[in-house]
Amino acid sequence: MFVRTYQKKKILFFAAASILVLFALLGRLIYLMAVEGDYYAQMATDLQERERDIKALRGRILDRNGVVLADNETVCTVSVIYNQIEDPERVIKVLCEELALDEEYVRTRVEKYSSRERIMSNVPKETGDRIRAYDLAGVKVDEDYKRYYPYSTLASKVLGFTGSDNQGILGLEVVYDEYLSGEDGKILTVTDASGIEIQEEGERRIEPVAGDDLIITIDANIQSYAEQLALQAYEAKEAENVMILVMNPNNGEIYACVNVPEFDLNNPFELTDLWAEKLDGGNTEDNLNTMWRNGIISDSYEPGSTFKIITAAAALEEDVVSLDEAFYCPGYVTVDDRRIRCARTTGHGTETFVTALQNSCNPVFVQIGLRLGVETYYNYFESFGLNTATGVDLPGESRTIVHKMEDMGNVELATMAFGQGFQITPIQLLTTVSSIINGGYRVTPHFAISAAGEEGETVFEYPVTEGIVSEETSAIMRELLESVVSEGGGKNGQVEGYRVGGKTATSQTLPRGNGKYIASFIGFAPADNPQVIAICIITHPQGTYYGGQICAPVIRQLFENILPYLEEKSYNAG
Amino acid sequence: MPRERVKREKLSIVKEKPRKETFYFDYSLLLVMMFLILFGLIMVYSASYYEAMTTASIGDPAYYVKKQASATVIGLIGMYVVYRIPYQTYRKLGYIPYILCYIVIFMIIPFGYEANGARRWIELGPIRFQAAEPVKLGMIVFFANFIYGYRKKLNSFKTMMIMLALTAPVSFLVWQLTENMSSALIIAAICVVMIFVASKDYKRFIALGVAAVAAAAGAVYFIVWMAENSGADSTGVRGERILAWLDLESYASGKGYQTLQALYAIGSGGIWGKGLGQSIQKLDFLPEAQNDMIFSIICEELGLFGGIAVILMFIILIWRMAIIASHAADLQGSMLVVGVMAHISVQVILNVAVVTNTIPNTGISLPFISYGGTSVCFLMVEMGLVFSVARGIRVTNYDE
Repeated sequence: MFVRTYQKKKILFFAAASILVLFALLGRLIYLMAVEGDYYAQMATDLQERERDIKALRGRILDRNGVVLADNETVCTVSVIYNQIEDPERVIKVLCEELALDEEYVRTRVEKYSSRERIMSNVPKETGDRIRAYDLAGVKVDEDYKRYYPYSTLASKVLGFTGSDNQGILGLEVVYDEYLSGEDGKILTVTDASGIEIQEEGERRIEPVAGDDLIITIDANIQSYAEQLALQAYEAKEAENVMILVMNPNNGEIYACVNVPEFDLNNPFELTDLWAEKLDGGNTEDNLNTMWRNGIISDSYEPGSTFKIITAAAALEEDVVSLDEAFYCPGYVTVDDRRIRCARTTGHGTETFVTALQNSCNPVFVQIGLRLGVETYYNYFESFGLNTATGVDLPGESRTIVHKMEDMGNVELATMAFGQGFQITPIQLLTTVSSIINGGYRVTPHFAISAAGEEGETVFEYPVTEGIVSEETSAIMRELLESVVSEGGGKNGQVEGYRVGGKTATSQTLPRGNGKYIASFIGFAPADNPQVIAICIITHPQGTYYGGQICAPVIRQLFENILPYLEEKSYNAG
Repeated sequence: MPRERVKREKLSIVKEKPRKETFYFDYSLLLVMMFLILFGLIMVYSASYYEAMTTASIGDPAYYVKKQASATVIGLIGMYVVYRIPYQTYRKLGYIPYILCYIVIFMIIPFGYEANGARRWIELGPIRFQAAEPVKLGMIVFFANFIYGYRKKLNSFKTMMIMLALTAPVSFLVWQLTENMSSALIIAAICVVMIFVASKDYKRFIALGVAAVAAAAGAVYFIVWMAENSGADSTGVRGERILAWLDLESYASGKGYQTLQALYAIGSGGIWGKGLGQSIQKLDFLPEAQNDMIFSIICEELGLFGGIAVILMFIILIWRMAIIASHAADLQGSMLVVGVMAHISVQVILNVAVVTNTIPNTGISLPFISYGGTSVCFLMVEMGLVFSVARGIRVTNYDE
């Protein structure tokens, strides 16, 4: 029984058809390898080399004496590799227990068919070590760095914090991110699916460059003492907040920048107890933004009487008043058809310009303001730098809110002369006062001194504007302000053994008559050669609300401690 | 008796010349097969050593290749034994191979062994084998007998229907009981090819082919339509495989993962490949690297050149078998070879098509090369049948 011819044909037909299909598949293969090959090869390379980024160590933030304010701690990332897991149930059980995670959450990740699945990052090192000790096949514990702030709340609103990828989110962490973050390195070693390096493939290694350490002007001792004082005042006065800014008036270096209540830099996304009392609704975005806000830089307010320093300096500079010129204060002053009252409703009676400043007499300053006239006063306002940002190296600086010159009449001018009817930030006020008492040059308030790393050091420089007021005016202002503390309303600011200059302020917040005040005091020392200037602002104090009574003592206590300390440190020497 | 007829015919053509008669042995077929098997062992070692080395429960880089080599040795012995047995002997078995197929399939119920989530293996003491492989062999032997027995009535529609009716339950049971749709399809394909070759008719088979393609296309459209209207989850596991086939990258972490990794491997190969042993994708990126996906590792390590060489080897194999089938001494022998040829060619085509994402992913191994003891053993026994049939061809050399 032979194979019939038609069957032979069919055999050949089938064989030929199969071979034809194989040739078609060959065509497909050629297309994949020659045409699309590069695309898939690139994807493969990305996959094979993907695991091996080396994170750069983020630079630390150090205070001016080398105290570490922001550091890195080792944390772990726990992931699972599907192909290597041998006992999924045990893996799920252990990970749930150790990481306190939901079983559902862990199960979906353990059972997902992927080359590597991340279970949790930022796991404390001890927990990571414990998980590693189980020696579970398919469970990987990788070490990583996380930002850590040793003093948790200290200067929280200055330092700011970082996000999950160690990128700056707030404060100096974001402003100096490019210095701090460094450059991630890469090991271009080919790895297997579990990220294990393959020795034979050799490696192309790009070392990470650690971020630069940032050295800042803050003095941790001054900052922490100022925070204590602010917190005491915050609690004693049941205030809305208490701000203290301590600065070197000669170069703009900020020694302390306090906004009580501060927040916990190690848990920035949780309201602290003090904040939880103030704000309802928990960790909402709005509440967190309120908590993180640095009022000294971001919130403007009506400065009130401390602004008389500026009016006085302008008047002396313009020579529209002499120190011993006599004034009379009946308790009010009439401007156009408006009656503006003095703080002392019974009036100060006869007084000289010097005593008017000591008494913080509104009618006198109204008259001086009117003598200068809208245009001149406004020009001084601008040339003192009040209408431009200070340029402080923190994000979110608020601009001055003031009338346009063409909208200003005598009434507006009169109120401005004693510090009302416009808004500036505390840092703006302190910077401007600094330029008036330091010999007449405007400094840029700042935090960063230098960034130092493997590739050298960057020393930051800040612009200085000369000729704000004359040396002479500056000297007179120092004397006048010293007399305010020694004889006038700033008596509570006196520090035994030191010459302190200063000015108080108490302003009612808008709307007027709501019974809410902002009390403040600016002090500097030594009065004849200022080395430090500080402002304390208490917002919405309960009970006594006069700056001279509640803020001046805070600055006095601060100075009592830091003046001897600063003499010892002699920060101005360099 | 066929021998004498050949002699007489040849003699009648060339009477005068002195002659020398030899057994025919297809050395080129043996050479190609041995090449594929040895090449397969090398590739199994290359593709598996890393996984074997790094899997704690194995720890021996040569684990897979050792198992494959011992299966190959058993297969070689089986092949030789089958080669020595005159295949005409099997005619006496009649329906017995067919019944044995059922027995093997039903053995999965008491002796089934589950691995990788499917119950495809039968475990008898120390022996463990994939149930579908002996069934493929059994069906080839049975249909060769059957077609030989019905050689006078092959063109009737009734015979064709009987044969299809004999195939369907076996294929269905393999699909359902051994959870192996790929093997069920291959068994059906082998049988249909054998029926096709045996019968004179083309039209019915072309209609059958067109219907099958139309059904497949319809199913794909239906699944895409389902996915668009009620979400990908509603289409089930097979539906998701088809959706992944159409859009690999959207299913990169699920059903498309394996095929995408295979494409990465193929794409990384370039023209000349990375060199033997240099594959990266086998380093746990590509699941089943030594098994169903071994062709992509061949492409990665040996490049387009290697991939083309392997496919050409299979083309030669198929062509040699076609020659043997058409020169076989009798219809039974011819049909045995046609069955084996159908088995190998269908499996090669489907495997390469899956690896290159030409069709949706379904688990089909590459004959002779992929890791899998049962497969390689039974393939070699099938090759034994082919050599046995080839041996039946009498060739007369005429000295000049």
